[in-house]
Amino acid sequence: MKFGVIVFPGSNCDHDAYHVISKHVGQPVDFIWHRDTDLSTYDAVILPGGFSYGDYLRAGALARFSPVMNSVKKFAESGRFVLGICNGFQILCEAGLLPGALIRNRDLHFICEHIHVRVETSDTPFTNELKSGTVLRIPIAHAEGNYICDDNTLAELQRENRIVFRYCEKDGTVTGAANPNGSRDNIAGICNRERNVLGLMPHPERACEDLLGSSDGRDIFRSLAATLAAAV
Amino acid sequence: MKAKVYVNLKSGVLDPQGKAIQHSVELLGFSGISDVRQGKYFEISLDGSLDNQKARESVEKMAREVLSNPIIEDYRVEIEA
Repeated sequence: MKFGVIVFPGSNCDHDAYHVISKHVGQPVDFIWHRDTDLSTYDAVILPGGFSYGDYLRAGALARFSPVMNSVKKFAESGRFVLGICNGFQILCEAGLLPGALIRNRDLHFICEHIHVRVETSDTPFTNELKSGTVLRIPIAHAEGNYICDDNTLAELQRENRIVFRYCEKDGTVTGAANPNGSRDNIAGICNRERNVLGLMPHPERACEDLLGSSDGRDIFRSLAATLAAAV
Repeated sequence: MKAKVYVNLKSGVLDPQGKAIQHSVELLGFSGISDVRQGKYFEISLDGSLDNQKARESVEKMAREVLSNPIIEDYRVEIEA
């Protein structure tokens, strides 16, 4: 089982992701520079948070053209696992690996705080160690996290059980007040139809140690590791 | 030869920046404003090796695939000789 963390110019959560995989998941992990294109030795890749290309044009828009992204597309098509966190989620949407787009937060602010998300399905490689309905306390840190999609896409996401995380109250109730950024249907994370690509705005890699205020994020990485262990 | 590309959020897409700008200009005393939408404007200088038609096709493609995100934005291309 081998993980890769893709590093774009401007990524800044790459070391956090690397740390979590090596220390908490206990598996081998490499940094992959965005100009590299050989992903053949990896089972899962993480597109980390940050400000790839300074968020020029649109968040994630220019990273889509990095050489590694063609390989990430093929990697995903081959059924291997892709996890996009924050800027990684934005890149996956821009690249068309996930539907919809992430636009400026409803209230314009850059929001950096711990919020609650509810696990909406355990039927993904990233949440299979979690019960549906579990509430996780995880930080967000973004200015463009307002998830938007058209009515047909939303209906499809709902019908196919592809909304993986929703912003919620502490007790798990999904309310407008618990929606930090205006995301449609309180969406915090979605997966693709094949369920092997997940994007989410919250930062589970920043919530893997009690010292940092929460260790709820670990279960997402544990789920992925369990999926890979079962597949090997 | 120059291409001008205007990119705007689609009409249904929330534009909180536009709203904030509207609020500010109203505070300054400008009245009669019903809405402000913020967009992007690109000036692309062309070296003249493409004819008008080809240049338009090329810039349209650029606008569609790079300069705009068709999920949230519309674009308009103008070619100037």
